[in-house]
Amino acid sequence: MFPNIEPLKQPAKGTADMASSRAPGYGVSEHRGARRLPPRAYYTAILVALAPMVMLFAAFGSSYIVRQGLSNDWREMSMPPVLWVNTLLLILSSLALEGARRALKNGNTAAFKRYWSTGTVLGLGFVAGQGVVWWQLASQGIYVHTNPSSSFFYLLTVTHVLHLLGGVGALTWVLSKTPRLRVEAGRCVSVDVSATYWHFMDGVWLFVFGLFLIGR
Amino acid sequence: MSAGHEAAEEHAVHVHSPPQGFIWKYVFSTDHKVIGKQYFLLAMASVVIGLTLSLLFRYHLMAWTPQNQFLMPDTYLQVLTMHGTILVFMVLTTAPLGGFGNYILPIQIGAEDMAFPRLNMLSFWLTLLSWVVLMVAFFVPGDAGGPPVSGWTGYAPLSAINNLKTKGMGLGQSLWVGSIAIFCLASLVGAINFIVTILDLRCKGMSLMRMPLPCHAWFVTAILALLSFAVLLAGGMLLLLDRHLGTSFFIPTGVVFGSEILNHKGGSPLLWQHLFWFFGHPEVYIAILPGMGIVSHILANFARKPIFGYTAMVIALNAIAAIGFVVWGHHMFQSGMSPYTAVAFSVITMTIGVPSAIKTFNWLGTLWGGTITCNSAMLYSLGFVSLFVSGGISGIFLGQNAVDIYFHDTWFVVAHFHLIMGVAALFSIAAGSYYWFPKMYGRMMNETLGKLHFWLTFVGAYSVFIPMHILGMWGHPRRFAGFDYAFLQDPMVPSMQAMITYAAFMAVLAQLIFIFNFFWSMFKGALAGDNPWNGTSLEWSIPSPPPFDNFAGKHPVVNHDPYEYSVPGAAKDYIMQTDPPEARPTDVPKH
Repeated sequence: MFPNIEPLKQPAKGTADMASSRAPGYGVSEHRGARRLPPRAYYTAILVALAPMVMLFAAFGSSYIVRQGLSNDWREMSMPPVLWVNTLLLILSSLALEGARRALKNGNTAAFKRYWSTGTVLGLGFVAGQGVVWWQLASQGIYVHTNPSSSFFYLLTVTHVLHLLGGVGALTWVLSKTPRLRVEAGRCVSVDVSATYWHFMDGVWLFVFGLFLIGR
Repeated sequence: MSAGHEAAEEHAVHVHSPPQGFIWKYVFSTDHKVIGKQYFLLAMASVVIGLTLSLLFRYHLMAWTPQNQFLMPDTYLQVLTMHGTILVFMVLTTAPLGGFGNYILPIQIGAEDMAFPRLNMLSFWLTLLSWVVLMVAFFVPGDAGGPPVSGWTGYAPLSAINNLKTKGMGLGQSLWVGSIAIFCLASLVGAINFIVTILDLRCKGMSLMRMPLPCHAWFVTAILALLSFAVLLAGGMLLLLDRHLGTSFFIPTGVVFGSEILNHKGGSPLLWQHLFWFFGHPEVYIAILPGMGIVSHILANFARKPIFGYTAMVIALNAIAAIGFVVWGHHMFQSGMSPYTAVAFSVITMTIGVPSAIKTFNWLGTLWGGTITCNSAMLYSLGFVSLFVSGGISGIFLGQNAVDIYFHDTWFVVAHFHLIMGVAALFSIAAGSYYWFPKMYGRMMNETLGKLHFWLTFVGAYSVFIPMHILGMWGHPRRFAGFDYAFLQDPMVPSMQAMITYAAFMAVLAQLIFIFNFFWSMFKGALAGDNPWNGTSLEWSIPSPPPFDNFAGKHPVVNHDPYEYSVPGAAKDYIMQTDPPEARPTDVPKH
């Protein structure tokens, strides 16, 4: 029945958990049993998952360029200065997450938590800042239907913030699990995966903001 | 079982604990096999609805006179739209990838499940939600706009204007867009799961170039889905904004609605076409590439020969997918695009013929000199090859931008895409059903009924679609609910329409045989055993139906290529992938 089989290895023991033997961020049990995915699967998954996001924003970006070039109803939209502050917040949040990863590698849990929290708060600051931008535009009478330029502005910024909120959720989740994160050779899958997503969203924002600035 | 294997059994670790209770076992299951069956049954229900709708408009077209209209023009378009949407999304996309892919792929690569079982479940439930929303769209009352009329392609500005008072432009159209958006999310989640599973969960010895061809097909199809559904999602979001928030992405200036000029201005319906067809053309391959993999697998099995040119088959699959991403413009030749651009799209389209021909000749090469068993699965696979060639040839006509001036928007186009995308893909689904049913349910399907099903469907399908080519060549336009045939000055047209309708009834009613056979065999079919077809791949090395975690807590080890049939000097006429290395004589060169 099973012509050529080898027994499945028992899950490795003695890995350096921060606290308990459960490993929520690393060997997430997907079934009610104790199935462990190889860590590389999570890295592959996040890289693969970024591809449709690239396509989504690329589709919006090319639509932006085509729609702008097609007709003469496009009105240039001045960019609210708060966007620069928001951009700075987002870049700083990414740097904070990198600081956290470095701290984790050095085994400094307290510093990890401090940096990671800072990154999360800065990310939330970006989201709040985008809210301020929308409020400012609305108070000037600029809505989603006002002009194609404002339509694209709202579309791209809202879509980006929705994606970013997913990232905030991931960062918060990692934070809540910090005492029990499973670290092997200074690396933790949930930390790496959520940071990768966050940096990617940074890049998406720079693309979106750049499109607004250049494509005006 | 040898002493060594018994020892292995002792050390086996059951990493899964099977879920208990009906709900967790069959409804909210994370088991890839249950999810595969769920997708398959959803597709089967959708096929029944979609084909029934086709009978409605076939009868309408046969019986139509200016005085006798079985379906009013707007109802005709609504039925047409739902027929296309249900069959393209809920059948051709779900059954080959979500159904067979989910059930068979993890087993064929020696994994105990998909990489992310909960995401897998989420993917199915999102698909079901999308299906429910689509069905609701179908039953929107007339005073809220009724079901959508803009076709499965949702062409703007028809789809972009929200007007509850006009049939097909109200709530039904909004729900249609919502359904498609949810479907996109479901497909993206599913695609991520497939890709990660293939890349990271293959068992020991299962290198990429040892995977059976269906796995390669599912892999490249998942990549197509990953990249194309995101673009459709983007288009759908823009469409919803146009419909409900007053933007003008797709609605041009000066659209007059009744006696009112709409406020929208400056939008481009062509922008929707670009976004849609950037998804739409790869979607054709999402429907048919898994079929190519499944059929390759079955042809080798029942010809008892190694697949001819395995490496070339893998390269051709990937080439078709890659080229398929840059030919979407051939759907838009008549949209006013520059003739230079059209020529570029046309030339690239023609190049798809090269990998397609490689596949066809390799299928024939596999059959050549083989010991062929013509059972139902094999007949459907041969039928697939036939349809792929017939449908592909008319594609060469339509891919020429000059010829397309004449054929555009005629029945010729309908005939072409039904043969290549619809019927061919359905044939591969039927082939896969007859082939893997014993593994899925532990029993055999009835062969006599299977063959009867095949011949009625095969003759019926060709009798429907070959005459449609002729109608198109006579200049008969598509999407017309009624047409004054005197205009075409050919008395043959009404009788041709009648003949197509009779054939359609025959082909559709023949599917009842399949449905009966499927459910009857589930309970009354002969017991199948582990390997009823003497196949080589991993699914035939485990019990039928497979245990909960596929390999009963052990990891298989692969020692052989996937199509080791009729190897000279071997003990039997097939070597399973999991057979010990010495099962293959060392002095026989690899094919």
